[in-house]
Amino acid sequence: MSLFGALAGRVRDGLRRSRQLLGDGLDALLSVGRPVDDALLEELEEMLVAADLGAATASTFVHRLRDEAKRGRAVTAADVRNLLRGFLEETLEGAAAPLHLDGKPAVILMLGVNGAGKTTTTGKLAAALVGAGKSVILAAADTFRAGAIEQLEEWSRRAGAEMVRQGAGADPAAVVFDAVKAATARQVDVLLVDTAGRLHTKSTLMDELVKLKRVLSRQLSGAPHECLMVLEAPTGQNGLAQARLFHEAVGLTGLVLTKLDGTAKGGIVIRIHQELRLPIKLVGLGERVEDLQPFDAKTFVAGLLPEP
Amino acid sequence: MFDSLTTRLTGIFDRLRGFGRLTEENIQEALREVRVALLEADVNFKVVKAFVERVRDKAQGQDVLKSLTPGQQVVKVVRDELVELLGGSGHRLAMAPHPPTVIMLVGLQGSGKTTSAAKLGRHFQKQGLHPILASADIYRPAAVDQLKTLGAQLGIPVLGDAAQKPVAICRQARDEAAQRGLSPLILDTAGRLHIDEGMLEELRAIKREVGPHHVLLVVDAMTGQDAVTVADRFNQAVGVDAIVLTKMDGDARGGAALSVREVTGRPIAFVGVGEKTEALEPFHPDRLAQRILGMGDVLSLVERAQAAMDQTQAEDLARKIREESFTLEDFAQQLKQLRSMGPLGQLMDMVPFFKGGKGMPRELQGEEHELQRFEAIIASMTPGERTTPAIINGGRRARIARGSGTSVSDVNRLLKQHAQLKKMMKGLKQMEGRMGKLKGALPFLPR
Repeated sequence: MSLFGALAGRVRDGLRRSRQLLGDGLDALLSVGRPVDDALLEELEEMLVAADLGAATASTFVHRLRDEAKRGRAVTAADVRNLLRGFLEETLEGAAAPLHLDGKPAVILMLGVNGAGKTTTTGKLAAALVGAGKSVILAAADTFRAGAIEQLEEWSRRAGAEMVRQGAGADPAAVVFDAVKAATARQVDVLLVDTAGRLHTKSTLMDELVKLKRVLSRQLSGAPHECLMVLEAPTGQNGLAQARLFHEAVGLTGLVLTKLDGTAKGGIVIRIHQELRLPIKLVGLGERVEDLQPFDAKTFVAGLLPEP
Repeated sequence: MFDSLTTRLTGIFDRLRGFGRLTEENIQEALREVRVALLEADVNFKVVKAFVERVRDKAQGQDVLKSLTPGQQVVKVVRDELVELLGGSGHRLAMAPHPPTVIMLVGLQGSGKTTSAAKLGRHFQKQGLHPILASADIYRPAAVDQLKTLGAQLGIPVLGDAAQKPVAICRQARDEAAQRGLSPLILDTAGRLHIDEGMLEELRAIKREVGPHHVLLVVDAMTGQDAVTVADRFNQAVGVDAIVLTKMDGDARGGAALSVREVTGRPIAFVGVGEKTEALEPFHPDRLAQRILGMGDVLSLVERAQAAMDQTQAEDLARKIREESFTLEDFAQQLKQLRSMGPLGQLMDMVPFFKGGKGMPRELQGEEHELQRFEAIIASMTPGERTTPAIINGGRRARIARGSGTSVSDVNRLLKQHAQLKKMMKGLKQMEGRMGKLKGALPFLPR
């Protein structure tokens, strides 16, 4: 970097810092008529990176913006923002999709890495489905984590859904087998299967998941109707590796993005959607049952790009 | 995709090879790649920015060390800087003079607090201490049960009652630990969002009431850019003394650790590497630095190559190449040096490019045998044959094969490889005029 470049960079950083000090109000005022320059594009790129879209994805978007700006299609900062918002929404086209509940019972397999929020999401989903007039059975197929069965049991009480369980350490395939039998016999609408959290790199645990799926489909044709990977919004670029490996193993039908009520934006789902074309079926926006909601691209993108 | 940094750095390193000095341009290019690599490893972009500036200052204008190629030097600066940022290794949690030592775990939900609490209990138990656990997480259904189950497996007492208030649970736990002479006391707290003021206030209340000696922030290694915000809020609200990095047994690069470290200035004390209660390790900054960069241990490979290569031998070899007198004797010496660097499989493990390549070990075993065979073949030759391979006719080949316990086709292969090598060296010599230096063109030539 030339001496001048370094100096300019320092001045820019200084300005940015003082703008932050001056507060958002003035910031907004300054940026309304702000021309499109490298500094602005760089800020947008950082915003995307900060939202976990990944350096490569962020830079692709910014390149497109730069092209548009050159062609005179974006003159002010506001134009650029709108363009970027449009790009992101376009990328997420087809990402919102409803749950498939046409089976009788419809079987939903919940999976993901440890701590993503599978059990909580399963519980909330059960409550939501019961609230919508569906009959639901929960299968406690996480027999590994201490306390997982008790945790789901508490949710089954709250949701008013029955639960099929065995002891801790039992074969999850056996739990699932029993659960399908119970769900079929009682003719319930939905069977929700909560599985143990597993890192996507552990091949034996992934094999176990493949077996679970096989047991389901052998017992009930068309099952599982949904294989949902639960992903927490704070996840970084590793989310793509997770989705890819779970998808390869069992064939995912969609994602559930949890913990969006924090400061993390969950931008990794854009990259996942770009690469694997997986829909995002649900988002978790809080601790209450009604905080589990269908994904909406517009709302999501608005969250990624807060107004200056 | 996630391994691309390895390839990228190797690429830069190849391109930089042969330059005697790092120019501003090629440093700039390397730093751009490093920036992307760090971002892909989930290091926060602000941290990356500051980091790249520091590396630029260090890398610029430095003369190339005799021992390293320029590319590797950039890598080395980056790596050293990362290690330094990640802090010294083996941070120990000091025990308080008056037991119980109280250790309090805080963090987001799902980061692995409860599992880490049990693992820490096991860790201290193995050191001969008598830990006790307490769960103040009365919100997540069955969180207390989870810790109690884990404690029962380890034979560590666990306190906690979902019907009580968290502060009361912690206070009673401290009193009970003191009474029973148990230490350390490990407090597992409720995981909720860092923007949940009520939760932060509860953590502050516990801290005020119990006065923990160590507050540990538990961070999921798969966390992205938001790690800085989380660490900052927890640090502001309750104060963090050290960090536990969990779920490092996956393939996440763990750049979040760097962000958290930079924001809090606190050391990373432990790393969670598996689901078993044993799976807690002390933190090694150098290993994490390597992992963040996605590189194998290139530097120790270079060090080994240097150790194996005698300087005078090296100069001798360089002269021979110039004089085009690279004999089979020299070839044998080269093979010996290659083998003295250690088992080939282990060497390959250090080269990022080969790391994780499937079926590699078996092939390499073949290679190693081949080297041994070549050495045996050359040993069965007369001095004349070694200096002038052209005189080796059919009869001599049969004799050499018999003498070395190999076959004529093995001997042929060796002679062919030697001829090829010699031809390659001739080519290099011609290139030397245009390229300036021969340096780095062959892996085992002196630099």
